[in-house]
Amino acid sequence: MTITTTTRRAARLTALALAGLALAPEPALAMHISEGILPAPWALLWYAVAAPFVWMGIRTLNQCSPGAGVFKPFVGLVGAAVFIISCMPIPVPVAGTTAHPCGVGLAAILVGPWITTLISSVALALQALFLAHGGITTLGANITSMGVFGPFAAYAAFRLVMAMGVSGRAAAFTAGVVGDWVTYMGTSLFLALGLSGPGEFWGMFAGIMVAFVPTQLPLGILEGFVSAGAYEFIRQRRPELIPTQAREAAA
Amino acid sequence: MNRILVAGAALAALWGGAVLFIPATWIGIDEGIVGKVAERAGRPAWEPFINTDQGDLLLFVFLAAGVAGGFVMGYYFRELFGAPDKTEREAKR
Repeated sequence: MTITTTTRRAARLTALALAGLALAPEPALAMHISEGILPAPWALLWYAVAAPFVWMGIRTLNQCSPGAGVFKPFVGLVGAAVFIISCMPIPVPVAGTTAHPCGVGLAAILVGPWITTLISSVALALQALFLAHGGITTLGANITSMGVFGPFAAYAAFRLVMAMGVSGRAAAFTAGVVGDWVTYMGTSLFLALGLSGPGEFWGMFAGIMVAFVPTQLPLGILEGFVSAGAYEFIRQRRPELIPTQAREAAA
Repeated sequence: MNRILVAGAALAALWGGAVLFIPATWIGIDEGIVGKVAERAGRPAWEPFINTDQGDLLLFVFLAAGVAGGFVMGYYFRELFGAPDKTEREAKR
């Protein structure tokens, strides 16, 4: 793997994410933890937690890429989709506020959780730099919640439901819901860990989680339907793009 | 399939109608929840290091990103989407 090839891949991924940036309607701030909110030790800790996952994402992408044909552009397109979905403000009538889905559940099904960590980190870095969405100091925490917690929980849920013999659509729906809810659960956890005083952790954690419910309960379900629809659409037309389908076809 | 589409359209119409007619400020939940929690804990958010939310600057960023992204995508078009199949091209002729 030459540096030139890696640089080209990074350039392609960045290009697609930048194209996604151009389509974003306006800066939307929601689940992302804003600049400077977390104390420095916590911010550094979440960077340290996220780093090996991002490294594994790069490694997995490099291992998958040679001879994978359409896989590379597909990863770029999924990255652009995650970028757009994770900064699209959706008004939630029952709450009177806006929030955004994450898109990591669908991404984890399509390109796997490791590569989802990588594309989430690219999306979050661009959002932090150019949209004031999240922050550089809190990038590690945001990658850990949206790029690690969400995709891995969603992927585990997808595999579990598939193993139970339920339809792929139901599994994708579950992955979409779980990916969204676990991401916000991660955000609540990081905020409570970083901001609570002695003896306040559980109260603050539960308080933030409950505050997210009016927006994320309907948005999570909506994300589940979108994930199921996208999964079914791709499964019918390009089943080889879905790893589990490819495995079933090969068996 | 048609029933699903109709149900989806009805849900979207209901959602859109509610958004249009319910009086609300539609602030992001970062301000409504994360911001409040952080302020209460004495750690309000900082100004972003690069604040693009000033006048037309954000529009410029979107357009610049579109130009840069479009250029790079165009430059690597064949690598991204594959070169057109020779036999297919000849068959079209």
